[in-house]
Amino acid sequence: MTILVIADYSTDQQDNKVLAPATLNTVAAAAKIGGDIHVLVAGAFVSAVAQAAAKIAGVAKVLVADNAAYTHQLPENVAPLVAALVQEAGAAGYSHILAAATSNGKNILPRVAAQLDVDQISEIISVESADTFKRPIYAGNAIATVQSNAAVKVITVRATGFDPVSAEGGSAAVETVAAAHDVGISSFVGEELAKSDRPELTAAKIVVSGGRGMQNGDNFKHLYALADKLGAAIGASRAAVDAGFVPNDMQVGQTGKIVAPQLYIAVGISGAIQHLAGMKDSKVIVAINKDEEAPIFQVADYGLVADLFEAIPEMAALA
Amino acid sequence: MKILVAVKRVVDYNVKVRVKADNSGVDLANVKMSMNPFCEIAVEEAVRLKEQGVATEIVVVSIGPSTAQEQLRTALALGADRAILVESAEDLTSLAVAKLLKAVVDKEQPQLVILGKQAIDSDNNQTGQMLAALSGYGQGTFASKVDISGDSVAVTREVDGGAQTVSLKLPAIVTTDLRLNEPRYASLPNIMKAKKKPLEVVTADALGVSTAATHSTVKVEAPAARSAGIKVKSVAELVEKLKNEAKVI
Repeated sequence: MTILVIADYSTDQQDNKVLAPATLNTVAAAAKIGGDIHVLVAGAFVSAVAQAAAKIAGVAKVLVADNAAYTHQLPENVAPLVAALVQEAGAAGYSHILAAATSNGKNILPRVAAQLDVDQISEIISVESADTFKRPIYAGNAIATVQSNAAVKVITVRATGFDPVSAEGGSAAVETVAAAHDVGISSFVGEELAKSDRPELTAAKIVVSGGRGMQNGDNFKHLYALADKLGAAIGASRAAVDAGFVPNDMQVGQTGKIVAPQLYIAVGISGAIQHLAGMKDSKVIVAINKDEEAPIFQVADYGLVADLFEAIPEMAALA
Repeated sequence: MKILVAVKRVVDYNVKVRVKADNSGVDLANVKMSMNPFCEIAVEEAVRLKEQGVATEIVVVSIGPSTAQEQLRTALALGADRAILVESAEDLTSLAVAKLLKAVVDKEQPQLVILGKQAIDSDNNQTGQMLAALSGYGQGTFASKVDISGDSVAVTREVDGGAQTVSLKLPAIVTTDLRLNEPRYASLPNIMKAKKKPLEVVTADALGVSTAATHSTVKVEAPAARSAGIKVKSVAELVEKLKNEAKVI
């Protein structure tokens, strides 16, 4: 068995392309399935990402498709590339194709599955065997065990379900893929990425999130002060996003980001089902809310019934 | 131009679902069903494009049981012109749904197809991308803004860390994210008028599409329950516990 993992990467503030941490969790899922692991890096000017991928522990080979057609991982061009790699490898080739359930992975992989005429299994949280996986449905209110009989199993991986493999220690061969699939039906126009010195939400060890109880966007400054003290990322509930306090890319929940940090501090968040779906796998959960009946306390390891505007500055001073 | 909107009948988002005792699935007996929230946003976007004079006709389609006619009537009340139900009693995979939608796209030839980014029951987030692949169209997934000009559409997408804009040649596929718009409510006169709008029912078999799946659900379980912890009395006690008991800060 050989497993093809599609690497995800992002562009940092110095305009360098860096391997997305979720790729390490995806390789961990591949290792659980068992077999040789190949990593595909598709993009334009991605040699640094390919070098990083070659160092990942347990990776046997890195395939690099460095071509303008794959810039910003446009799915219309990357999907035919992946499908062609699978078809060229033939029956003895790839048994599984994995990608992290990041916005790129979720965008590209269903297109690959449809091109290969197989169903996709989305956002697995555990590997039971080479053909059987667990995944949350109904916003995590139920866990389905799914068995696949597809010739090639196409799977996205929820990063929080797997501990990442080491980013160092591997020495995979790097092989160039010359094929350029430019379908010519889509093009990249631009992007506006939030610039922040704080850790990325889905990769942070500590996350501090604010909800409707923050009252307005300006009050998030209290959370920033605490987060800077703890080296934490900042999240928000959907209620806070819908109220316009903070941008949507900070949303933690069923319809936003799924996080599972070592410590999750929910501030002024009532704990709607859809928010819990995004954070209930965190190792330690702290809830600070003045409503002692708030459902968030039912999942919190440590609950503090207090006015957040007094508690948060005090906590920032003590932490 | 013609817009096709796909909608799904799902358990209402306010319902807390329970897993069946025999682990065969979740219990949907006597549970309130509604249009998937992301599909409501898709209908709204199409209606706005028609109000702006960009779209001339909105066709709404659903793949599902005959009761999905309720959700199609809702879409008609919101402003869609006519509806198609591809009736199928089975639980279909996203690929099967995409294949059936492709058959509808071939027949209707829309310039734009708008779908929700994911359904809140299966949480797959696949159908739009798969339909795009099968049709050979470009895809603008997780859209927060849709701007049509000439023979292309600019779609601003919600991505990890911010927003990205892509330009797609029409015809194209768009899947909606939460912030694309805020769906309206149907007015009573429009609900009455919707009853007279055309609703065509076809069977999945009649479209000549194979809906065989390459995977099956072995069992469905309730997630591991998280037990409630303790209440602390002060910030000082909280910080002390986090440092010395949980050892996370």
